Order: sequence, then structure tokens, then C-alpha cells
Amino acid sequence: MGLLSDPNRRRALIGMLTRLNAPICMICYMAGVAWFMGLAFEPFTLRTYMSENAMGSTMVEERFPAGERALATGREFAAHKKKTGGMPVDWLVRTMQARGLEVYTQRFSRKLPFPDEDKERYMVKGTNVYGILRAPRAPRTEALVLSAPCSPGNENNQAVGILLGLAQYFRSQIYWAKDIIFLVNEHDLIGMQAWLEGYHHTNTTGMDWSPLQGRGGSIQAALSLELSSDVVTSLDLVLEGLNGQLPNLDLANLFYAFCQKIGVLCTTQGKLPRNDWDTTSGYSHAVQTMMLMVLKQASSRPWGDHGLFLRYHIEAASIKGVNSFRPYKTDATTVGRLLEGMYRKLNNLLERLHQSYFFYLMPSLTRFVSIGYYMPAFGLLALILLLRALDLWVQLSSPPTRTTEDACPPLCPLSAPQPASPGVLSILTPLVISHLTGVALYTLPVLSQELAVEHFPVSETEAVVLTAIAIYTAGLALPHNTHRLLAGEGTEQGWKVLKLVAVLYLAVLLGCTALINFSLVFPERGLLVGVNDPGLTLLFAVFFFQELQETPVTLQEGWMLYLSVISQGILDHALYGSLLYPLAALLVYPCWLLFWNILFWK
Amino acid sequence: MAAPLALLLIVAVTIRAALFRTSLANLISERVEVVSPLNAWKRVVEGLALLDLDISPYSGDVFHETPMVIYLFHFLMDYAEITFMLADCLTAVALYLAVKDYNKQVFRKQKFALEADRIPMDCLELIRSPTEMYYIPLKVAMFYLLNPFTIVSCVAKCTCGLNNAVIALFILSTMRGSALLSAIFLALATYQSIYPLTLCVPALLYLLQRLYIPVNVRRSSFWFYTLQYLFMFLGSLLVLICLSFFLLGSWDFLPAVYGFILSVPDLTPNIGLFWYFFAEMFDHFRLFFLCVFQINVFFYTLPLSIKLKEHPVFLIFMQIALIAIFKSYPTVGDLSLYMAFLPVWNHLYRFLRNIFLVSCVLLACSALFPVLWHLWIYAGSANSNFYYAITLLFSVAQVPVCLSPSLLSSRESSSKTALFTHSLLF
Repeated sequence: MGLLSDPNRRRALIGMLTRLNAPICMICYMAGVAWFMGLAFEPFTLRTYMSENAMGSTMVEERFPAGERALATGREFAAHKKKTGGMPVDWLVRTMQARGLEVYTQRFSRKLPFPDEDKERYMVKGTNVYGILRAPRAPRTEALVLSAPCSPGNENNQAVGILLGLAQYFRSQIYWAKDIIFLVNEHDLIGMQAWLEGYHHTNTTGMDWSPLQGRGGSIQAALSLELSSDVVTSLDLVLEGLNGQLPNLDLANLFYAFCQKIGVLCTTQGKLPRNDWDTTSGYSHAVQTMMLMVLKQASSRPWGDHGLFLRYHIEAASIKGVNSFRPYKTDATTVGRLLEGMYRKLNNLLERLHQSYFFYLMPSLTRFVSIGYYMPAFGLLALILLLRALDLWVQLSSPPTRTTEDACPPLCPLSAPQPASPGVLSILTPLVISHLTGVALYTLPVLSQELAVEHFPVSETEAVVLTAIAIYTAGLALPHNTHRLLAGEGTEQGWKVLKLVAVLYLAVLLGCTALINFSLVFPERGLLVGVNDPGLTLLFAVFFFQELQETPVTLQEGWMLYLSVISQGILDHALYGSLLYPLAALLVYPCWLLFWNILFWK
Repeated sequence: MAAPLALLLIVAVTIRAALFRTSLANLISERVEVVSPLNAWKRVVEGLALLDLDISPYSGDVFHETPMVIYLFHFLMDYAEITFMLADCLTAVALYLAVKDYNKQVFRKQKFALEADRIPMDCLELIRSPTEMYYIPLKVAMFYLLNPFTIVSCVAKCTCGLNNAVIALFILSTMRGSALLSAIFLALATYQSIYPLTLCVPALLYLLQRLYIPVNVRRSSFWFYTLQYLFMFLGSLLVLICLSFFLLGSWDFLPAVYGFILSVPDLTPNIGLFWYFFAEMFDHFRLFFLCVFQINVFFYTLPLSIKLKEHPVFLIFMQIALIAIFKSYPTVGDLSLYMAFLPVWNHLYRFLRNIFLVSCVLLACSALFPVLWHLWIYAGSANSNFYYAITLLFSVAQVPVCLSPSLLSSRESSSKTALFTHSLLF
């Protein structure tokens, strides 16, 4: 504060900042990007370590023997699933009861706002089946969840088999201090959403479900298992949940520790950890892994059935069986032993997982970047905005003395940002108009689908997506119209004030987003450039994501993918309350429209 | 001038009425920044329910409003929304009229100074033209009514809107020179939330100045007037408290309202400085630090009134701001009252250092409150330290907003311009 309160030094500081504004901004930008890319460089990152004492030093033995039998149960489940053409509820209830669990079912139904063409569903009806293994050693105030989805077709049967096998095996053990809930959910995330809402007595998305008849204690941790073949080569850990939330890093550490112990190949983002960080390919491998995580997080959607648990403050992850690294083989018994070990350790927890990090990025499964390391990258980018704002402020409060002495009284620039001064209309109008466009973009697509379907030869989903794109594009024409509205007011002062407002708006927006979902900042950063609009950024992100996943797409496919990404984004918001769509439509888009406005002001 | 004011009132009421109808109203009324345990509408409803059952509303530890408020809403329960909108409008109109009166005086003073040729050349630009001053009352009303803080506070039906109305009426009656009304409204404000007690000094200074009675301890007229004002103030306070006793038939409300304000037993997070500090505090230090924290509100009255004894209106502004910063359960509604006064001193903004920085910080903090709350309470990934850090920053940023004009005068007292600024200020 001393620096700021001495008028001379203060003037010198401001003078320097304004004179060197452009170079400082450039340096900050490059430093920010370089810092971010440097995060994937191994010597700059930390090795993962277990922070939770309760899970660290205690030794557990894994003795799950019944992998083959579990697979047989899985095949039986598949047969019944085929016969009933959906969830074999009766068979599951009988089987779970036979294994000594308290079994309950939950029915749910949900009408989607518009048909989901990716998963081909519109009116969703289903049943969740779950069995509770009551803890023999403790007062049943806490619980752990193991879930497996009942997917259509021939998938995930083995996962259900292992789940039932583990249930039977766990029943015979005496050391459980927490209830263990074995859940088979239908219609993946929709079923999971219904079950979680039922369990916690909330209803945030207006879904119909029957209340749960039985409950365990408060859920401490959850794992979701997805397994589609008898033998897998490796297990992939999925962490990204709703709105880019991540489980406590200790859960990832636990998984990694057991994979090491049992000798199972494990990956994250489908990429193996590599040791050759000093080579270019090793580094680019790490960058790819990290960028995949950033993009998945930025998409704000749950990337596995575990994603919705995180909203309820439950640490959760999905484990997916992968069958692509040929020479390695892991049978069902080993997977069962791995899960047994993880549950034994989670069972030892004395309090919720909280010791380790909640905000992190992983360039590989063995390395992580914590919030303290990646925030400076964001800070450098935010600094640019603040410097720009300062520059504009200084320009606004000083120029009349030099250029036009009498054209603008000295008080005018200072009072400009306040309401009621003459300049206020020229700022308020674009602000209000761009926000109204944002509201239109948020509400109209879903509301107007019927109208669109009636008048144009499109399906409902296409109607929604195309309306969204139409409104988006219509917004681009705004600057010309606001111009006409404000004829005569488009002064030099005016656009500078507007730019100041827009820059501050963006800075606050970025700051808040960085705290909630850090990864979203980097796509948003595109706005800094001004011309780079959110739609193009999304399109670019789609291609980039496919490139990183090593499944490049052609332009045509990319476009289709782009459309489906938009419809999925809207659906995610309606179904699970993902925040990306409202954030983009109500805040980011209007903010960008302001910049677009400024671009056309002159 | 009536037409723009009427238009402003209509716009303000429309915004509030529209927000009352949306689902946002429920969301806002749960926010800890907007309502405190002292003035949450939920608690008023609870108190009313207890009253209807013939149970003392203060039994149980939920209700902390004064008896007058509960009896007010006993009759106005069905019209609560209208009451809160009216309170806001009343505040705005009272502030409007008060500032108008005040401006007249400033203008007169300025004219005398001009005629007496006491104004140095380099200060001429500080002289405010009538057109500039003409819009200031409207700006004040606008700053109050359209301030997002006031709007959310009203939509949450936070009773601090009523307190603000009482304080605004107090300011208006003081400006008009009515000692009795001023004392009554001040007593009412004090009765509602103790802290406005400190406003007694500036009001007295103003009234004395108005009657050309010098502040001099050896003059009998000074003592006579002071005692007269204090008697009216304390008398009406006593009447109010006795009235409450007869309404309820017990003294329960004293510990439940004033004890609650002073001893801060409820440590629900809010935008103030108390909760985190006392949540961390060892019990045997509690009393001591409680005194230290509470004394902040009252302590600055003395030095400030010595320093600003020529400028009682500015002193009122400072006191309201200090109360909003240092009170035990502050809400954003308290902030909005002193923020409404900012346009009155807008010709001095160029002298405010770091005004840009400070307003950026305030803006960012307001946006970060809900975000960090979400991360702490819902996501579980942040913790209370994050939230308190923002609270602290928010409070620190408020200090320059209200203190800069006075610091300005003391820091650069050697400069002639600054001296003159100071004399013209008020």
C-alpha cells in the first residue's frame, strides 16, 4: 500500500504500466502459455503420494477367489437381460437376495426435453436394483457404493457379474465397518441421478422416481465399474465428474497403489504412464494426457457413472476395463482382488477423504499438478485483462487535458461509469441487448422446437441445435443494429468505457470460472483475442479432442459431432444440471458480444 | 424533478415485483450474504408462528427481531412484499429530499465563498455548477434503489430494509432541522439495532451548527441544547422499550435482541469480520476480543467527530459506513445505505486514490462470495478460509471507499488546494 499511496511513485508506476502495456501483456501471455505447457514437464510436477493415514500404512490382503464364477453369473445376467429386453429386475433381486443382501428397487421415469439421438432415447423408464450389505462391526452410519451400469446390448455384463461375485464374497467377511451398497443402475446416468436424488431426498431436475425403501449411512466413497470382456489388458481410471469436479486425489492414489501391488496395467485418459520424460515423444505424451483431461473437464459433463456422486460430496471414480494393450492379460479374479483391496482400505477410513488435493491436473497417473502450480498460469492471463483495464482507465481519466480542453469537462470521464451520466445509455444499451440475446439463446432453442419441427423438415434434436446456432449467429448482427439505435453516441469515450466494462466483466467471469472449473478457463481464454468467438472455440475443441484421442475425423464427421456436442450440452444441463450451457449462453456469450460490439464500433 | 423520481420509483418497484415472482427470490433469501440471523425473513415467520401460539417468540434461539417488528408484521403479514418495497421507496425518497436540502446549503456556502473571493484560482474547477448539483439527489435515490445489493436485500425480505428506512428518515428530519423527529427516529433506529447510537453525535453537531450554537463546553446554550436533544432521544428510546415490554409482557426481548447483537453467539458465516474469528477463538479470550471487536463501531466516533466537527453530514456518512463494516451481523443491505451517499461527494473522486482498484476488488468480491460458498458448502473442495479471505478483502476494500475523502485532507494538509477542498467538501 505504501507504493500506492506515495503520489510520485504511484504516478511513475502507472506511467510505466501504461507505456509498456502492450509488451507486458505479450510477455504475460507468452509466460502464461509457457507455464501451462510446462506443467506437463515431469521435473516440474509432483509424484503422487498417499496422504490419508487410514489408507496408507494399514496392510490388507486380497483373497477374492471367485473370478470364474463371477463371469458365469455375468453370462447368466446377460441371458436374462436378453430375455426381458432390459433390466432383469426379478432375476437381480433373487440373485442378490440369495447372496444375503437387503435388496430394494427403485423405479424412475424421465421425459427428455428433446430426443437424444446419440443414445436414442426420449421417454426413459427404468428400474434401479440395489442391495445393502449391512456393516457387522459398526453402527451403520457410513456407507460405500459399488455400482455397475446395466447397459443396452452386450456390454458391462462382466461388471455386473463381478459386482455380484464381490457381494457374495464380502458377505462372508466380518471386517466391514461401513455398509456396502451394490447398485445396478439402468439407463446409465439418468438411473444414477434418480438413485442419488432418492437417496438424498432431493429433486433438482424434476425427475419422477419412487422413494427408496432402504438406505445405508452417509456415503463416503463410490466406485463405478465398467467391464465388457472376460479378460482385460488394462484398467482405465476416469475422474472427471459433473461440472469438472474431481474426486479427492487420494482415490486415484489408492487405485494406482493397488494396481502396482497386484501388477495390473493402469491408465488414465487411456494413456499409459511413461518414464521417458526427457524425450520429445515422452513430453508430448504427457501434454496429450493433460490436454485430454483439461478438455474433458471443460466439457462439464460426467465422463462415467461416478460423475454425479461428486455433487453430493462423495468421492467417486469410474474404473473401465480396456482391451487394447495386447500382451498383457488380467482376468476377472484379479479385477475382483483389486476392488476388494480398495474397498478394504476405504473401509478403514475414519473420516471423509479430505487430506489430499481436490484441484489437480494429471499429466500421467503417477504425476499430478496441484492448484498452487497451475493457478499462476491463470494469474498471468488474468493479469493481462487487469493491465488492459488499467490502461483504459488511465486513458479515460487523463486525455481531455491534452487533446480537447473544452470538448469534455474534466469530470465527464470520471463520472462516465456511473449511472445517470450522459454516457450511461451508450454502455447500458449494449449490455442489456447482449444479455437479452444470451437469455434468448438459453431459453428459445428448447421452447421453440415444436414450432420449428412444424415448419421445417427437421427432427426435434436438429431443430434445437439449429435454433441455437441461428440465434447465436443472429447475435453477431447486433453491433450494426445497436449502432443505428445509438446514432451519434458512438464516441471515442463511449467505446473505451464499454471496453473497460467488458474487460472487467471478462476478468471477473474468468476468475469465478477458474475457481469452479479451472479447465474451462482455457477455452474461454480465446475471448481475450476478441475475434475468437465461443462457437469457433467449441468447434476447434471438438477437432482437437478427436486429434488427441488419436481418432481424427473428417470435416463432415466433425461437423456432425459438433452438432451432437451442442445437443448433448443442452441435454446435460436439463438432465443433470451441468452448468456449462447456462454459463456459456448467459454470461460468456454476452461478454463476447460486448467485445464484438467494440470491434464494430469504430 | 418529481417526474424522474416517480419514474425511478416505478422502475425500482417493477424490478422488485418481477423478482418476487421468480424462483430467484427463494434462492436469494437463503444467501448468507443477504440475510443474517438477525434479520432473515424465515425467522420473522417463525417468530410470528410462535406468537400466534401464545408462546413467547423469543423462546428458542431463532427469533431476534425487536417486538415492534413482529407486531408490525403481525398486521402486515399478507402484505410483506409491499411493505418491503414501500420501505425501499421511502428510504429513497427520504434520502432524495435530505440530499436536496443539503445541496441547497452547500450551494449557499459556495456562493458566499465566491463572493468573498476566498477561493484560490486552482480550485475553481472544484466548484460545482447548479446543473451538476441538480442531479445529485436523483443520483442518490438511483444509487439506493437500483443498487443490486438493495434489490437482493429487498427480494430476500431482509428486515434491514426497514432499518435503512428509519435511518433515512432520521437523516431527513435532521436535515430539516426538526430536533424532536430526529431524536425519535434515531431512538427507533437504535432500538432496532443498537449501533445507530453513534449517529447521535453527528446529528447533534448538525443541529447545533444549524442554530449557530458554537460547540464550546463553557457555553450554557451548548449544554442546554445537548441535554435537550439527549433527553428527547433517551426519552423516546425508553418509551419504545417500555412499549415493547407492555406488548409482550416480558423482558425476554432484551437478551434475545441486544444480547444477541452484542455477544455474537451465532457464528453463521456472513460478510462481516466476526464469525470466523470467534469460531476459532478459545473460550477464555472470547469476552476480551468481543469487547475489542464491538468497540470498533463506537470508538471512532470521538476522533472523527473532533476531526469532522465542521462537516456533520459527512460524519453521518462515515458512521453509517463504519457501522456497516464493523457491526456483528452485517448484510449487503447495510452497505447499500452508505453507498447511496457516494454521488454526494462525486466531485472529489479524482482525489480518491486507488478508486479503480477498490471498485474492482469490491466487484470481484461480490462475484466470488457465491462461488466460494458453493465450493465450500456444496462441492466440499474449498473450506472456510477461502470464504473468510474474501470477506476480509471485501471489508478492507470498503474502508478506502468511505475513508479516502477524510484521509485526503489530513495527508495533504500542506497543500492549499487540499485544504480548500476540505472546506468545500461539505
